[in-house]
Amino acid sequence: MARTPHLLLVGHGMVGQHFLQTLTRRGGAHRITVLAEEPRPAYDRVHLTSLFSGTTERELSLWEEEFGRQHGIDLRLGDPATAIDREARTVTTRSGAVAGYDTLVLATGSRPFVPPVEGRDTPGCFVYRTVEDVMAVRARARHATAGVVVGGGLLGLEAAGALHAMGLATHVVEFAPRLMAAQVDDGGGSALRRRVEQLGVVVHTGVAARGVEAGEDGTVHRVTLTDGTVIDCGLVVFSAGVRPRDDLARACGLPVGERGGVVVDKGCRTADPAVYAIGECALTSDGKVHGLVAPGYSMAEAAAGRITEESGEFTGSYPAASLKLLGVDVAGFGDAHATGDDALEVTYADSRADVYKKLLLTPDGRLLGGVLVGDTSAYDVLRPLAAAGAPLTSPPEALLFPGGDASGAPSGPAGLPDEALICSCHHVTKATICAAVSEQGCTDVRAVKRCTHAGTGCGSCTGLLTKLVESTLSRSGVAVATGLCEHFPQTRPELYEIVRTHGVTTFSRLIDEHGNGGDGCEVCKPTVASILASLNPRLGNSVHILDGEQAALQDTNDHFLANLQRNGSYSVVPRIPAGEITPEGLITIGEIARDFGLYTKITGGQRIDMFGATVDQLPHIWRRLVDAGFESGHAYGKALRTVKSCVGTDWCRFGVQDSVALAIELELRYRGLRSPHKIKAAVSGCARECAEARGKDFGVIATSAGWNLYVGGNGGMTPRHADLLIADADHDTLVRTIDRFLMFYIGTADRLERTAPWIERMEGGLDHLRSVIVDDALGICADLDALMARHVDTYEDEWRATLEDPERLRRFASFVNAPGTPDPTVRFVTERGQIRPAPVLLPVPEPAVAR
Amino acid sequence: MTAPLTVEVDLGSGWTPVCRYDDLVPGRGAAALVDGRQVALFRDRAGTVYAVGNLDPFSGAHVISRGLLGTREGVPVVVSPMHKQAFDLRSGHCPDEPEGPDGTPARLPVWPVRLTPAPSAP
Repeated sequence: MARTPHLLLVGHGMVGQHFLQTLTRRGGAHRITVLAEEPRPAYDRVHLTSLFSGTTERELSLWEEEFGRQHGIDLRLGDPATAIDREARTVTTRSGAVAGYDTLVLATGSRPFVPPVEGRDTPGCFVYRTVEDVMAVRARARHATAGVVVGGGLLGLEAAGALHAMGLATHVVEFAPRLMAAQVDDGGGSALRRRVEQLGVVVHTGVAARGVEAGEDGTVHRVTLTDGTVIDCGLVVFSAGVRPRDDLARACGLPVGERGGVVVDKGCRTADPAVYAIGECALTSDGKVHGLVAPGYSMAEAAAGRITEESGEFTGSYPAASLKLLGVDVAGFGDAHATGDDALEVTYADSRADVYKKLLLTPDGRLLGGVLVGDTSAYDVLRPLAAAGAPLTSPPEALLFPGGDASGAPSGPAGLPDEALICSCHHVTKATICAAVSEQGCTDVRAVKRCTHAGTGCGSCTGLLTKLVESTLSRSGVAVATGLCEHFPQTRPELYEIVRTHGVTTFSRLIDEHGNGGDGCEVCKPTVASILASLNPRLGNSVHILDGEQAALQDTNDHFLANLQRNGSYSVVPRIPAGEITPEGLITIGEIARDFGLYTKITGGQRIDMFGATVDQLPHIWRRLVDAGFESGHAYGKALRTVKSCVGTDWCRFGVQDSVALAIELELRYRGLRSPHKIKAAVSGCARECAEARGKDFGVIATSAGWNLYVGGNGGMTPRHADLLIADADHDTLVRTIDRFLMFYIGTADRLERTAPWIERMEGGLDHLRSVIVDDALGICADLDALMARHVDTYEDEWRATLEDPERLRRFASFVNAPGTPDPTVRFVTERGQIRPAPVLLPVPEPAVAR
Repeated sequence: MTAPLTVEVDLGSGWTPVCRYDDLVPGRGAAALVDGRQVALFRDRAGTVYAVGNLDPFSGAHVISRGLLGTREGVPVVVSPMHKQAFDLRSGHCPDEPEGPDGTPARLPVWPVRLTPAPSAP
C-alpha cells in the first residue's frame, strides 16, 4: 500500500480552516497536521467585536471536534512553527517538535502594525486581532473612562465601536485626512465622520499619535498627538493596518515581496513546488496582498484545487465591501478613487441626513466603482453592475437616488446585465438564475437556491435574489404565488374567512377541502392553529389550544406553553397584569425560582422571566404558580403579552388618570387572545408617557378629558411610534374601540404581521381604519364586538386547564420511554450568581443507517 | 385492529421496543432514550412512524422531537423548533442548508422503525 502523503498546514485562522474544509470536501487523500499559534482553534475573526455584545467564543468558533475526527486531522494548538527546512522537508515548532511534510501550506496571516510611537509598550496599550486581545481590552476597559484608537480604517472603527459600546469616551486618531481612507473618498469620509461624531466619538484626522505617557501606576495615562492635543485616557488600541507574516518563508529563502508577502503564482504555489501560501501572508499573482477574508477563501480554494487535482486559480479579487461600523452603513466597490479624464463622477450628497453616494463611470457609461455612506441599499445592485463592467442600461442618477422605484431599490435587478454576479460566494450570475426560472422550471426562491446554490453562502444576496426571481417569474407570465405556503393557495385573511363562514373546526378538514392536502408545514400549521384559537369561542369549540388535533399544529412554544431557549430548556413567565404585584407574589416567584434553580430576569413588559426549566419541570413549576394565584402570561404565544403601565394618579404627582387600574382591566380583558403576531400595549397616566405607550400596538395616554388611543406602534427592528386614532375618549368608547381594533386586525392581517405594517399596507391607512372601527363604514362592528365578547366570556387559564387534565400533561415527559429521566444534555454553569446554559459541545453524530 | 401496537427501533444492535403506537400523537414527535442515545420519533397524518436523531446539528440542542411535522413537495419533513431548518424524515438530509455551521453535512441519523403487536416494553 502506498504511503499516504502528509500535508502540513501552518496557521489555523479563518483561511486555514477554509482550506481544510475545501481540501477534505474535495476528497484529497492526505494525512493532515495543523500547527496553530493561538491556544484555540480557528474562529471568526471578522466578528471579533461581537464578543462585546454577548456573542460567546464558542459561537465564533469555526472548528468542530467531529470534523477533525472525521478527517483524522492532528491539530496542535499553541505550538507555532518556528523554522522550515525545505531540503529535509521538515518544520520545527516552538516546543522543539519536528514535523515532516510532502506538501506545506502557509496560512500564517498577518500581524498588526504598531507605529513607532514613544511609549507604545506601556501597559494599557493593545492591538486588536485575537480573542486574547479582545479579552485584554475588555478587562482594561472596566477600569478606564476614556480610550484612544490609533487608526481610522476599517479595523480601527471596529475597535472604536467596541470601546464606545463599553461606555468609554472614545477617540479615533487617523493620520490620513479622512476616515477609512482606503475605501471611501473625501465626501464619503466627511459623511462618515459626521455620523460617527454624532455618537459622541471624537475624531482626529490628519494627525498622528506622538507619545503614550504612563501615570503613577506605570500604566497608560494620556496620549499626546502631533498637533499638541492631549487626551487623558486609560487605554490605547493600535489598529493602524497589518503586515503579512512572511518571516518563516523569508528565513528559508522563499522569495517575498518588497513590502512583504510570500510570492505565489496563480495556483498559490511559492517558488518551492511543495510549498503553498494562502491568505494575508501571500503576495498573489496580481501583485497584491489581500487583507479581506473573501479573497483569502478564494486562495484557499485555489490551493486546495491545485493540491487535489491540479486545477484552481486565484488571479485577484474584485474589491468590494459593505459593512456596518459604529452603526453606520458603509460600502465601497471597484475603483473608488479613479481620477482623470477617463472617469466621470455622479455624486449624491445629503448633508442633513449625512448620506453620501458617488459613482465613477467611464465616458461610455460603464460603472468603474463607487462609495456609499449612510445608505447602502443600492450596493446589492451596484456591485454586480460594476463587477460585470457592462454599460449601464439606466441613467446613473436613477441608481443613486433614494426611492428610484416603488420598492425603494434603485432600478431593481431587471436592469442588471446577464453576467452580473448575484451570489459572489458561489459565483452565480444573473443569467444562471434567470435560466433556472425560465428553463429549469423553478417557481420560487427556494427552488432556485437548490438548483443554483445562489444565496446559500453568506446569504447577503437573498434580498436581491428574491427580487430577481420574482421579476423573472412575472415576466415569464407565471403568477407569483401569494398563498400562505405550498399547502394553501389562500392568504391568512382568506383562510380566516373560510374558517369563520364555513365553520371549519379542524386543520384536516381545512387542508383536505380548501388546501392541497398533505401534512401541512411549519408555516400553515401554526397559522391555522392561531386562526382556530381566535375563532374557537365563536365556533363553540374547546378554547384550549392543546385539545384534539390542534395540539399537533402548535409551535414548540405553544405546545409546551413556555419559551424554548438556546439549549433546549424553557423559560416561564407568569402574568403580572400591568406590572402590579404584591410583596407576597414577588416572594412566591422568588421561592419557586430558587427551589427549581431557575435564572430570573425582569422583562421589558414589567414582569419576571424564569429561565432554565426542563420540559418535565414545567408542570411542577406551574402547579406552584397556579396554587399561588398566578396564570399564564402567554409569553410563548402570538397573543396579547402585557399592558404596561406607569403608576398613575394613585401615587404620581403628575398623573391625571388611574393608568394602573385601566391597564389591569385591559390586560385581563385581552389575555389569551390569539392573533397574527404578538400584541403589546401600555397605558400612561399623563402626557409624560412613562409607560412608553406610543411604542406599542395599542397605547393609551390619559388626558384631563379622558383617554387618547394610539395604534400601530412597535419597537424591535423597525421602531415606529403609534398614531392617534381617537382623542379624549371616555372609558367605554375607548374599550369598545380597542376591541374592534384587535378583532379587525386578527381577521385581516397577514401571518406574522404586526399592527404597524398592517395599517401601513391598508388602502387608506389610518383614516380607513378609523372609518371601519369608529364609523362602522363596513357594517361589521357589531360582529367584531360579538367576537370580543365571546373571547372575554370563554377565557380560561391555559396552564390551570392543563394541570387539571392528565391527558394534556402527558406531553411534558422528557422521554416517551423514560419519563422520569431528565434530558442529560441540558446543563448549566454559574455566572454572576445564577445559572446560564453550559457551552454546547456537539456530541459525535450517529452514523446514518440506510433504511 | 385490537392488539395495541408497539413501536420498535433498530439503532444497529437489534430491535428495541420504545413506546406504544398510541403514545405518538399524529403530526407530532416524541423523544426516546435508546442505549443512551436520543431518538426523535414521529407519526405523520397517514400513520407512518419515523425515527431520526434528536440532536439539531445547527443549534447543538436535543430538540428535533419538538419540531413541527409537515411535507415539502410531498417529502415528509420535520422542522427544527430552534431555527426552522427542515430535515427529510426518510434520509435525514437538510434541503435548506446542506451543511452545518462547521461545514460538515447537516444530516440527522435515520433508523429503521417497525410496529409489532408485541406487548409494550415495561
